[in-house]
Amino acid sequence: MLNDFLYLMNAELLITLIIFILLFLKLSNEEWKNEGLLNFINFLLFINLAAGFFYIPNGNLFGDMFRANELLTFEKNLLNLGTLIISLQSYDWLKNHKHVPEFYMLLLSTLLGMFFMISSNNLLMFYLGLELSTIPLAALSNFDLDKRRSSEAAFKMIMSSAFSSGLLLFGISMLYGATGTLNFTGIKAHLSGNSFQVFSFILLLAGFGFKISAVPFHLWTADVYEGSPVAVTSYFSVISKGAVLFVMVPVFYNVFAPLANSWYNMIFVISVATMIIGNLFALRQQNMKRFLAFSSIAQIGFILVGLSAQSTAGSSSVIFFILIYIFSNLGAFGVISLVSAITGKENMDDYRGFYKTNPVLSWVLAISLFSLAGIPPLAGFFGKFFLLFAGAGKGNYSLIVIAALNMVVSLYYYLKVIKIMFMDANEHPIEKIKAHWQPKIAMAICVGGIIITGIASGAYNYIHSLVK
Amino acid sequence: MNLSLLILLPLLTAVAIIPLKGAKPVRVISLISSSLQLLLAFALLYFYWDERSAGNTATMLFESNYAWYASLHINYHVGVDGISIAMILLTSFVVLAGVLVSWNVEKLSKEFFFLLLFLSVGAYGFFISLDLFTLFFFLEVAVIPKFLLIGIWGSGKKEYSAMKLALMLMAGSALVFVGLIGLYLNTNAGNGQHTFDILQIAQMNIPLSAQKFFFPFAFAGFGIFGALFPFHTWVPDGHSSAPTAASMFLAGISMKLGGYGCLRMATFLMPEAAHQYSWIIIVLASIAILYGAFATMMQTDLKYINAYSSVSHCGFVLLGIGMLTKTAITGAVMQMVSHGLMTALFFAGIGMIYDRTHTRQLSQLGGLLKVMPFISTVFVIAGLCSLGLPGFSGFVAEVTVFMGGWSHEGADNFYRIVTIIACASIVVTAVYILRAVGKAIMGPLASNDHSLLTDAKWNERWAAALLIIGIVAIGIAPFWLNDLVTPATETIVNKISAIVK
Repeated sequence: MLNDFLYLMNAELLITLIIFILLFLKLSNEEWKNEGLLNFINFLLFINLAAGFFYIPNGNLFGDMFRANELLTFEKNLLNLGTLIISLQSYDWLKNHKHVPEFYMLLLSTLLGMFFMISSNNLLMFYLGLELSTIPLAALSNFDLDKRRSSEAAFKMIMSSAFSSGLLLFGISMLYGATGTLNFTGIKAHLSGNSFQVFSFILLLAGFGFKISAVPFHLWTADVYEGSPVAVTSYFSVISKGAVLFVMVPVFYNVFAPLANSWYNMIFVISVATMIIGNLFALRQQNMKRFLAFSSIAQIGFILVGLSAQSTAGSSSVIFFILIYIFSNLGAFGVISLVSAITGKENMDDYRGFYKTNPVLSWVLAISLFSLAGIPPLAGFFGKFFLLFAGAGKGNYSLIVIAALNMVVSLYYYLKVIKIMFMDANEHPIEKIKAHWQPKIAMAICVGGIIITGIASGAYNYIHSLVK
Repeated sequence: MNLSLLILLPLLTAVAIIPLKGAKPVRVISLISSSLQLLLAFALLYFYWDERSAGNTATMLFESNYAWYASLHINYHVGVDGISIAMILLTSFVVLAGVLVSWNVEKLSKEFFFLLLFLSVGAYGFFISLDLFTLFFFLEVAVIPKFLLIGIWGSGKKEYSAMKLALMLMAGSALVFVGLIGLYLNTNAGNGQHTFDILQIAQMNIPLSAQKFFFPFAFAGFGIFGALFPFHTWVPDGHSSAPTAASMFLAGISMKLGGYGCLRMATFLMPEAAHQYSWIIIVLASIAILYGAFATMMQTDLKYINAYSSVSHCGFVLLGIGMLTKTAITGAVMQMVSHGLMTALFFAGIGMIYDRTHTRQLSQLGGLLKVMPFISTVFVIAGLCSLGLPGFSGFVAEVTVFMGGWSHEGADNFYRIVTIIACASIVVTAVYILRAVGKAIMGPLASNDHSLLTDAKWNERWAAALLIIGIVAIGIAPFWLNDLVTPATETIVNKISAIVK
């Protein structure tokens, strides 16, 4: 039993270990220098990422509440990778921050929560993981301690997530009433598709919708993104959403398969609304973080197109897209985070003439945005193509036409940023930014990932083989 | 011969120039690479004739096929027929000429050549693709470099034009995407499996209802690239704001992606729908021909003149495709090649004049023949080719389209009237070309400052000579292009006539 525990929960235990190391560092009387501390933490996170590839557990724990298999380990590795990239990118911001160990303790707690959530095979375990991943996030969005907007963001975050948790819990309890079990396998066996079950599913869907900020549950997103520190914003938009989507795929495809006809229509409507509204609002944003917030809402719409497919192509395309999304969105956030940490500028207009002074950073941002827009030969093209391709598998062409046209709209605002950086003249552009080597490595990982993941089909084929 | 070389050569060159410092090594390497591309294209032509004369009658030659995304039936499948080779030759001519013309680009020259090379990767890849996914992939690869080329190095209202071009072309590829997915889902490769493979799809019978639904998506999508009326509005703005080499690429290569795509994907794979919708295509193409010609008459900016006349000339391409006869489609392909070379030459000439006089307004130009005889001659040759003077490629191509249209099997008055209308546009063409050439070249000098201007430099001379050789080679000896293209068009037309009968 103890052996099982150690082996099956190796990813979770490793994160817990790191959290405890940080706790002891904080408790000791020693005054640690931020630079050294950050190097050490990033080293630990690297070890944590590497360790995930060495041992792939397979089995279940706690009476089938907790599962581990190759796909789940892969998903956890993706989240580890994203966390490492974000941590490397926020070096310049955290360098001058007073509470580095606390930041990482909170960050890793949310990661731990996500791991439990992904591994859960039981609604209770799922809910515990979800809450563990949400509440520290609210504290994290308050981490620009002397900024009012940051506190405001934290407050909005905690309110909206409390509300969504309420909905989720309501849905879970009704589902328990309808099926008499919280176990995923058990729920599936008891679902018949009557309206009471559909209603409880809608509540669950609303809870999920809040977490991934799908329309109409997106209203908290822009303000929270804008107020939070950039590192936290990127964590929100990539890791936190990615983890919830990792859960949504099996929950929708397996557990709620008996309700597939009902949820297909819901996902269809939500996906169309999310794409259109995310795009329309992104068109007019002036703040880079808000802009990426709305663009990430639109991206969720595309992901839902893939989710609606109910096929192996659907689930593998969603997971594949999240892999690409980690690289693309974090590449963009990396540049914005660096600029924000060093110059404090976050508005689009500040980026006028950025190419003159910072050609490399401009290309990193441009490549990331092109990938988000779905331009070949970058990975985003493959990701979007496969999502829509999977979504079309059901023969519903109207969804594909809407999605394809939305891709054109989204191209406009991505190109607008490119235009501002490359084409607009500015007498006082952002000065030349000297980055530390850690953010540089993070960007190199992102750009490398964006270029390679699509052209080389290995990643997709691997995911496909796992999903089967 | 390994066709992937055509993609790898420009791609590796583009990557190789990234670490270089200074403008000089960048352009030397680009020049070497584009010359090699030209050699490669001729080598391909040679090997192709070799295979054909050895009796190889396969539809596509030099095929190679690798699984790319196996679970989604996506392959990297390439191969060429006569049409592809004609397009590849055109591309290599225009790329080399474009590199030569851009020799003196000072601003961000590394980025400029990188994007030019990257654009040619997209074009070559597109013309050799035999898999719908690969085709679409390369189609989109060729879009974004144009946005950057126009937006960064362009002139006039460049940001607006760049954005308009990028969005319209992306809208085009979105339509193509829908058509492509729809086509895929209606294929049946046995066991309920689908396929993206063009050659396999060509063997199947796609249900008529699906064809009728998805043909408009594919054709209109590629039509946007090929300036199909009423989706041509990006052409004038895009061409006129672009830097010289980008205009040459845009008109010489990019618009041909549209025509080739219409032929290869829409018409070849959905022949019944093509037959049913052909009258719409013909009507739209005729409108484009006439509208483009008349709109050109009103223009006073040299680049706008050539841009609108491109709308008119590309109308012939779509007209030929719409006629669906062997002669007409052959003519359409020849018109693509001819227009590509001719319009690239035209833009090169305009660029040379603009670099010296800093104006493109007809009213501020005049008497250039006295100060820059070489450039003026280039300009005259491009103009004469454009108005279809025998001996140049434009005449051959347009006459082939007209013959194909007149001798249409339907032989009813519709096709003849359309052909007559299209013929009539040539008169209008003559008017605006002769007016522009006469005003800019002949007469007294428009300004005394112009008397100090110099004639073409070596790079410009080579670029112009290259394109003129191409134009004259087709104009005097059209049979080689005809022989190259005809077997390929025959495959397409046979498929259509087999179904119609």
